[in-house]
Amino acid sequence: MIIYLRLFANFFTTGLFSIGGGLATLPFLYDMADRTGWFTAGDVANMLAVSESTPGAIGVNMATYVGYKVAGIPGGVIATIGIITPSVIIILIIARILKMFAESVYVKYTFHGIKPASLALISAAGISVVEITLINTKMLSSGVFSQIFDLKSWILAIALFIGMHKFKRLHPVVFIGISALVGIVFSFAK
Amino acid sequence: MKKLWELFITFMKIGSLTFGGGYAMLPIIQREIVDNKKWATDEEIIEYYAIGQCTPGLIAVNTATFVGNNVAGVLGGIAATIGFVFPSIVIITIIASVLQNFADYQIVKDAFAGIRVCVCVLVLQAVLKMWRSSISDPFTVVIYIGVLATAVFLSASPVILVLIAAAGGIIGGALLAHSNSPYVNDFLENPQARFGDRYGHKKDKKMAEKKGGEK
Repeated sequence: MIIYLRLFANFFTTGLFSIGGGLATLPFLYDMADRTGWFTAGDVANMLAVSESTPGAIGVNMATYVGYKVAGIPGGVIATIGIITPSVIIILIIARILKMFAESVYVKYTFHGIKPASLALISAAGISVVEITLINTKMLSSGVFSQIFDLKSWILAIALFIGMHKFKRLHPVVFIGISALVGIVFSFAK
Repeated sequence: MKKLWELFITFMKIGSLTFGGGYAMLPIIQREIVDNKKWATDEEIIEYYAIGQCTPGLIAVNTATFVGNNVAGVLGGIAATIGFVFPSIVIITIIASVLQNFADYQIVKDAFAGIRVCVCVLVLQAVLKMWRSSISDPFTVVIYIGVLATAVFLSASPVILVLIAAAGGIIGGALLAHSNSPYVNDFLENPQARFGDRYGHKKDKKMAEKKGGEK
């Protein structure tokens, strides 16, 4: 029972403070992994990949995934309800004071501050993913360049980056699929 | 009751048809809500998106709640939102349970090692895309660098960082409003532009161009 309450509370907080779309939940999930030990930082990247390749909003998918991993099917449902509850409450209120909200100069000031902060948090989460995936921290002390930077992964990363800029209309799921194939063919797992 | 059921079903359809959430969802929401059901106009949907963008929570969920609320009040908002997340819960639960059973296979490990590289690039792309709408002046640069450094080096709680940034926004805005910096004046004179910057504004411009072209 306690685990369900904790799941709800954790995802309620995530829903309340993550502003600017699905990826904004990422820093909160890393923080959650740190604090609760329910899942590892490496799991977060896998969950994000699954969430991007399945229908539905990324944040909702992440919540269901984490909840399921922590406490089975009820866990998935409770985490999802937790992450959408703040949205529902806030939007129901804002819908009633829409004009006031849209015109308030203080609302604008607040979000003028929050938007770059939210972006910075997503960037920090990105740095964590890079640290886990592209840099071999165990080898950091060896000082040997090729041991610290996993060459195969870097080549794939650069190819993907160029690919995404060349084919902007392609859905991320295409690139995720290609990466999975490359991972299997060139045995990426350490 | 019929309306609530209709909301639930419609948003369940939207939730199961869209990959990637957020902006990927806009065309389908427009087709279902504006063209088919006529529950909102194009302008309203774009306004909901702009608001969803800068209110807590997920943009698509916020939009679902907004539309549902307009059609059938509080219960409508709840019905639409539950409908929207329902497919996610079912699909993800199935995938997660399947993956759990196969997680130890070498082929699955290799595939996910490859996918994680892709996730790095996807996050980088998202940051680059959001950059223009979030970082608009020296003040936002300072907040960006400050929050990034604190998050990376001190592993500070994101909740506290968001709260500090919000307070900083209010204090900074109020202080600058009394100065004569050109960007503040621009910001104060034309807040609506900034409010819906990321999507609404651009779309408005495009629409205006289109209309002009038709004439």
